[in-house]
Amino acid sequence: MSGVAIAKTDGWEPKIVAFCCNWCSYGGADSAGMGRFQQPASARIIRVMCSGRIDPLHVFNAFLEGADAVLVTGCHIGDCHYVSGNDKTKIKYKYLENVVRELGIEKERLQLNWISASEGEKFANFIRDVTAQIKKLGPSPLKPEGVV
Amino acid sequence: MSDIKGTDNKSAVPKDDEEKRVGVFVCECGVNIGGVVNTKAVAEYIGTLPGVKVTSVNKFTCSDSGQADIQSKIKEHKLNRVVVAACSPKTHEPTFRACIEEMGLNQYFLEFVNIRDHCSWIHMWEKEKATEKAKDLIRMGVERAKLLEPLQASEVPVTDKALVIGAGVAGMQSALDLADMGFHVYLVEKEPSIGGRMARFDKVFPTNDCSICILGPKMVEVARNKNIHIMSYSEVKAVDGYVGNFNVKIEHKPRYIDVAKCTGCAKCSEVCPVEVPYDFNEGLGTRKAIYVPFPQAVPLRALIDMDNCISCKACSKACESKAINYDMEPSYTDVNVGVIIGAVGFKTYDPEPRHDFGYGLYDNIITAMEFERLLNAAGPTGGHVVRPSDCKEPIRVGFVNCVGSRDKNTNIYCSGVCCMYTIKNAQLLKEKRPETDHTIMYIDIRTPFRGYEESYNRSRNLGVKFLRGRPVEVTEDPVTKNIKVRVEDTLTGEMRNLEFDLMVLATGIVPNEGIGQIQQLLKLSKAADGLLMEAHPKLKPVDTTIDGVFLAGCASGPKDIPYAVSQGSACAGRATIMLKNKKAITEGITAVVNPDVCVGCQVCLSMCPFQAIRMDEQGVKANVVKALCKGCGTCVAACPTGALEQSHFKNKQILAQVKNVFKFEEVAA
Repeated sequence: MSGVAIAKTDGWEPKIVAFCCNWCSYGGADSAGMGRFQQPASARIIRVMCSGRIDPLHVFNAFLEGADAVLVTGCHIGDCHYVSGNDKTKIKYKYLENVVRELGIEKERLQLNWISASEGEKFANFIRDVTAQIKKLGPSPLKPEGVV
Repeated sequence: MSDIKGTDNKSAVPKDDEEKRVGVFVCECGVNIGGVVNTKAVAEYIGTLPGVKVTSVNKFTCSDSGQADIQSKIKEHKLNRVVVAACSPKTHEPTFRACIEEMGLNQYFLEFVNIRDHCSWIHMWEKEKATEKAKDLIRMGVERAKLLEPLQASEVPVTDKALVIGAGVAGMQSALDLADMGFHVYLVEKEPSIGGRMARFDKVFPTNDCSICILGPKMVEVARNKNIHIMSYSEVKAVDGYVGNFNVKIEHKPRYIDVAKCTGCAKCSEVCPVEVPYDFNEGLGTRKAIYVPFPQAVPLRALIDMDNCISCKACSKACESKAINYDMEPSYTDVNVGVIIGAVGFKTYDPEPRHDFGYGLYDNIITAMEFERLLNAAGPTGGHVVRPSDCKEPIRVGFVNCVGSRDKNTNIYCSGVCCMYTIKNAQLLKEKRPETDHTIMYIDIRTPFRGYEESYNRSRNLGVKFLRGRPVEVTEDPVTKNIKVRVEDTLTGEMRNLEFDLMVLATGIVPNEGIGQIQQLLKLSKAADGLLMEAHPKLKPVDTTIDGVFLAGCASGPKDIPYAVSQGSACAGRATIMLKNKKAITEGITAVVNPDVCVGCQVCLSMCPFQAIRMDEQGVKANVVKALCKGCGTCVAACPTGALEQSHFKNKQILAQVKNVFKFEEVAA
């Protein structure tokens, strides 16, 4: 069954790769769990110590492997556990965004968000919103045949 | 730095030829995971992955039997990598690291997969999808586990001194306990006197004993203790370093008084012609531009409020000890400490901007803190509660609870103390003047601790009325200036029109000014309520996510006095573990340079906020100073040649996870 064919069935769940920093957004995802904020089973979280560690390499690889969306998340600006790692993420993200657009990938498929460790509800809403947007778009055009 | 052991490059060299033997342990966490995720099916699927030698499902993997199961399987199957799929690594990773280390495995050979907080708890009604997701997450973990490399945690020496920020009752308790255990403590307080908020209360619930009478001796005890260095009227300006070795810059604001000469006689205040609202009395009454903060202040020394001083120099003439110096500049002290305790306190909610219940519009509506100062014998009225419009003593007094608490428009949390202090305030006035009539308008009355319910009963017996409802309309009688309130008694469903001579708002606890600055200096997290976050709400209530930094009192949520004092002691106890052992363990995760690939472009240098990367002596290759590296990996992502890698988060490890988010299914022809 090809990706597009799956999308046409109602139960299609996109696969979203979410990079989370250890201190804030990963904690936010934990808080979402603790608060039982229900969300679609679309996100697969990859933990890094700081959002500054997220390399464009990781993002491009995620798309090439078949991600329908990639999320870059970290601490709020000013709250970085490592002082300014997220400032660098922000700068890097701008370039990343441009390159991804050049490749013809819809803007909804790459998103940046700052989520603190206490913002469980925000995390859940974010996943819910992105999932709804991606469901409308369907599977990523870069998704290799046969990948689920 | 030579005494810092651990993490040398040699130990990070992987033995790639070794066969990877992975054991996967799936936890059901009772029904938390097991009730949603089909753990048996997950284990069965994971068992088919290459390299997985054994899978096991446990009711509680963190229990003794669960850990014994891991240990026996490590032995039986000669496992060299362990994957635990359970709750959050933020709470349980240390447990399982220790568990596998006992079996002779490097603790970094553990991979922790979160299938509870990130799966079963958030897909409670989608069991099949949750099961599929759990399979994905564990597959990602297994592939990452195979690539994990051994690391050594570092041991860092701990300076046996402590810094306590905030000298309220919680901070003072921390300082006293640490000092009594023999450690030197710097106690920094931004106000000119120690004592904090408690010094302003008239009496404290449920015993109704005089607040300053029990706090005053404690303040003196702090001042007398030889191990405590009080730095009042001072603020922390910079914090550098890490657990065991924090370098802190403290600013001493100019008092314009030589504290060594001043005797606190207050003759200067007598001659000062400037009168300004008295902040200690919540702005009621006045003080002079040169003043002693309050009669029990520690240190009992005057200071000049330069914003209001008119430079008439009358005080200088009156001062017999020649203590006044108008040219004083801020001064700074640098201290080196091993641990930091943040007891930065709270302030009360300000109803003025929103004019809650008419506050700020009508004279005869005051806050509970203002009421507290009016009740106090040392207050602006000598202990007579009078109403602001005509200075007459009120007969009918209304109290409104939950102002700035339990309200979607202000703060949703319960401040926890307002029910009790309102009950206490009504009792105190009723006892002073039995002819007074008191009505407390509440949502719920909350009296959870020892003696609290008894105090509530006592006020009922005294004749204080309790009305369940919040005022829906508050107006002022233009002639009498009485307060007219429309309120629904929600127990009877009846609409009531009441008239009070004075109305008191029970304002809640909100984050203190400057909490944001402290949060950033100490790199702490802030919760949704604006207060600081503890490491774990139940099991690590005074720890933070920063090693060596602890929190006491209202900085981490509303608390009453006994709770704040307990936390002060708890912080001292937690801090002592590090101070006494003279060492702390830090993570082995750092950046590592491959000198063969580094071209010396120095991009990484500008990425590092900790100055942990330096050029080698020849200035051609980057070099990571392990003791300074915090392991964020920002430099790694910026390195254009791939010479930098972050141990435990190497590109190949992250990419193994990325790749295994997906699986390949044969396309039917």
